[in-house]
Amino acid sequence: MTQEIAEYKTVKAEDVTTWYKAASMEAFPDNGGAAIEYKGLQIAIFNFSRRKEWYASQNLCPHKKQMILSRGMLGSEGEEPKVACPFHKKTFSLKTGNNLNGDECDLATYPVKIQDGYVYVGFSH
Amino acid sequence: MEKIIVIGNGMVGYKFCEKLRAKAGKNQFEITVFGEEPHPAYDRVHLSEYFTNPSVASLEMAPRSWYEENDINLISGEMIIAIDRANKTITSHKGTTLSYDKLILATGSSAFVPPIKGVEKQGVFVYRTIEDLDAIIEYSKKTKKAAVLGGGLLGLEAAKAMIDLKQETHVVEFAPRLMPRQLDNAGSDALLSKMEELGIRLHLNKNTRNISGDGKITAMEFADDSILDVEMLVISAGIKPRDELATACGLAVGQRGGIVVNDLLQTDDTDIYAIGECALHKNFIYGLVAPGYEMADVVVNQLIGSNDKTFKSYDMSTKLKLIGVDVASFGNALCENETHKPIVFEDNYKGIYKRINISEDGKRLLGGILVGEAEAYNMLLQITLNGMALPPNPEDLILGSRGGEETKMELPDSAQICSCENVTKGDICQAIVDNGFEDVAQVKACTKAGTGCGACNPIVKDIFNEQLAKMGKVVKNVICEHFDYSRQELLDIIKIKKVKDFDQLLDEHGKGDGCETCRPLAASLLASTWNEMILEKGKDAIQDTNDKYLANIQKGGSYSVVPRIPGGEITPDKLIVIGEVAKEYDLYTKITGGQRIDLFGAQIHQLPDIWEKLINAGFESGHAYGKSLRTVKSCVGSTWCRYGLHDSVSFSIEVEERYRGLRSPHKLKSAVSGCRRECAEAQSKDFGIIATEIGWNLYVCGNGGSNPQHAVLLAGDVDSATCLKYIDRFLMFYIKTAEPLNRTATWLNKLDGGIDYLIDVVVNDSLGIAADLEREMQFMVDTYKCEWKEVVNNPELRKKFTHFVNTEIPDPTMKFEDMRGQKKPVEWGA
Ligand SMILES: Cc1cc2nc3c(=O)[nH]c(=O)nc-3n(C[C@H](O)[C@H](O)[C@H](O)COP(=O)(O)OP(=O)(O)OC[C@H]3O[C@@H](n4cnc5c(N)ncnc54)[C@H](O)[C@@H]3O)c2cc1C
Ligand code: SF4
Ligand code: FES
Repeated sequence: MTQEIAEYKTVKAEDVTTWYKAASMEAFPDNGGAAIEYKGLQIAIFNFSRRKEWYASQNLCPHKKQMILSRGMLGSEGEEPKVACPFHKKTFSLKTGNNLNGDECDLATYPVKIQDGYVYVGFSH
Repeated sequence: MEKIIVIGNGMVGYKFCEKLRAKAGKNQFEITVFGEEPHPAYDRVHLSEYFTNPSVASLEMAPRSWYEENDINLISGEMIIAIDRANKTITSHKGTTLSYDKLILATGSSAFVPPIKGVEKQGVFVYRTIEDLDAIIEYSKKTKKAAVLGGGLLGLEAAKAMIDLKQETHVVEFAPRLMPRQLDNAGSDALLSKMEELGIRLHLNKNTRNISGDGKITAMEFADDSILDVEMLVISAGIKPRDELATACGLAVGQRGGIVVNDLLQTDDTDIYAIGECALHKNFIYGLVAPGYEMADVVVNQLIGSNDKTFKSYDMSTKLKLIGVDVASFGNALCENETHKPIVFEDNYKGIYKRINISEDGKRLLGGILVGEAEAYNMLLQITLNGMALPPNPEDLILGSRGGEETKMELPDSAQICSCENVTKGDICQAIVDNGFEDVAQVKACTKAGTGCGACNPIVKDIFNEQLAKMGKVVKNVICEHFDYSRQELLDIIKIKKVKDFDQLLDEHGKGDGCETCRPLAASLLASTWNEMILEKGKDAIQDTNDKYLANIQKGGSYSVVPRIPGGEITPDKLIVIGEVAKEYDLYTKITGGQRIDLFGAQIHQLPDIWEKLINAGFESGHAYGKSLRTVKSCVGSTWCRYGLHDSVSFSIEVEERYRGLRSPHKLKSAVSGCRRECAEAQSKDFGIIATEIGWNLYVCGNGGSNPQHAVLLAGDVDSATCLKYIDRFLMFYIKTAEPLNRTATWLNKLDGGIDYLIDVVVNDSLGIAADLEREMQFMVDTYKCEWKEVVNNPELRKKFTHFVNTEIPDPTMKFEDMRGQKKPVEWGA
């Protein structure tokens, strides 16, 4: 693994210094996700079209350190939007990145904004 | 901020940090932990799992990032060599000096190595750390015969590991019995035969005098002049508390080792505590993890300002963790110095030995031993610990009651259920009541019960069920929080209301946004009703990963490719194409159990290109990724075989092509054999066909896998057309009525009326639905299309096979290494 999990740190909306233009909205399937590369980081961006919401998190599943979450399945637990990892179905809140099964650790999340048909992810570096 | 330094980052040192951070205010403490081992604290209790899954990451108590997130300064690979109590500082072997306000010694213990001549020889190991195991694994590659010195709990665990390393394994024990501290002679005898079944050879009453060999071990010599030739020796003769630091700075230590502590876990310096396996409390070293966690809790409690909690002596009951060998001892197991009345049950035929020790007055359970059958362990332990009153016939506790009501005992709320995390029955019930949990997993996540050694999981589940029943909750068979229906009800809704997509289903009949349970389930139902391309019209969002990319995801995130090879018959030309494709894309190639060829290690962007080549050569999708028909295996049959009655290959191809692509509750496997010699193993399949003199026998609901089950005869001596007709009906009936993810065998086991009922429905058409079932199956057969062919020819669908959407590069983290001339993914997290 070339990337250590520690490189992924949650970015809060108010701390964004760079809005990175990731790709056009069409690149992200309805109710699904796709990954982007930014300065050596892999970020999963989710188009939760059913809820008309967009989310971004690290692409790395903390359970077995797999670069895979963009291919995970979206869903909800109560009100909380979540993504399930394809490997062992560990689930994470898309809002907070918290692991919802109570084990392993949490995901770093990033703010997303949509402008003129493009998807932007917020970074603080 | 008060400065806390922890020496030792083992299980207990880690738990101390976790508890302190959880209970103390945010800026109350600055925490620094020193660990001499290179890895962050890992789960030593499950160390033996490292033999089957050599991944440090999956043993770690928490990843390194956890320490950062919790603002704990973890310094690994650094040993503390001195404590200066006057100046309140510590110094490491690298020369780092730091000052503390409070110092926590959690240095654990090291393996005790008895002073036998020759222990320093090569090939002699201890069994304590990941490094020890790495060295053992490496050395075992050159050896065939190993011995373990010590027949205690740990020694037996080590012996099983030697078996896993393919060694001829011997256990050498000084005492006249195994697990001398937990078992009596009869218990040891029962265990002895169990261990021998595992292939472990035992030598009791052996005093090892010398380890001989020139530089490396070649034999063990015993006091009775006997000799055992071995190439490797693992010593597991007990533990030695690591008190060297404490001794050097003048703290009191016990005669046989261990840092002396009082009930508050203070050493004779009130600023220094000792916890875990290095602490000597009331002249006792606790070699288990649960009491260590309790000690951590007591110290944390004091640091945050309350002195109300003290460490009391702790229960030492244990259960051996070997798969297939049930051994447990609890309470006062041997009762050597306590008057008692034992009740003993022995079954030498099955290798079962149970003993319970009843108090003199006949009212209390003092302890006991279980060998060969230990289900009652948790219950008996609770009865002992809580001093519960015994049933009128205490022997029922180990015999199970014979006839009449089962003896069920109600545990008090104070009963400690999970000793690793100190969770009581009351805590569990409270969590269920307060949060309305309806799933044991939630209860475990919330209370942490069962997350340590896991021994208490069965009783946690029982308490959970009991509590739900008490609250009058019937656990209805619904799919998940989004649909209040069973799988069968949902299928009816889809058919009757003609629902064609998931969002509609959710809007009209469910709630919320779906999840990883209901989405793939609905996908399967939609597919087995309408048979539309599974990736079109937004349907890809509800498919499981494998279905979503029409390939099986493998470790590391690459995929495998399996073309259909009906009946296992393939031309040399097609074999060459597979070989060429595998070579061009550097794919690991393996022949599967179902007579086809699996190509592993394709990156996501390569999938459409690979399939284009295969399809051009006349292959089609093998649906290895789907819950659908896999293969119809065949023997060579009457065309070549001198025993063959019919042409099993031709028939298997016909069957495979008829049901290919059919989506079902779980995968389906089938086979056709040309005579009753059964070379295709049809009776282990979901449906299997065997030639008879005058036709075919059709067997159904067989299963290999974890719970093998033989298929049972559905119809005998039928012709090919009738055989297919019955399979149509059988499969459709299964698809309609099975619960999610139930294979046919499980489904049959739950079916009211069993096989007789199934024969009635399928053969005698007792429900009058046979014509419908056949029609529905025919629709599936007529509308079949190769999914990969559609993707290959559809540029829109092809587009989504990329790793990134903002660059063309493949996943840079994917890594392979070489094994026997082919590639394999690097281990999880390596
Ligand atoms: C194979 C095996 C199976 C086991 N099975 C069970 C079981 O089923 N149930 C059970 O309850 N228990 C079991 N145990 C025992 C259990 O693992 C221990 O009780 C537990 O690990 C003790 O935790 P600890 O933190 O006190 O010590 P340790 O886990 O030994 O940790 C102490 C750490 O401190 C470090 N250290 C020591 N001195 C220094 C220093 N001067 N400077 C820096 N670092 C230092 C050591 O390197 C070590 O990493 C098993 C143990 C083994 C080896
Ligand atoms: S099952 Fe019968 S026909 Fe088929 S290979 Fe074996 S012996 Fe020959
Ligand atoms: S790798 Fe994600 S759940 Fe296991």
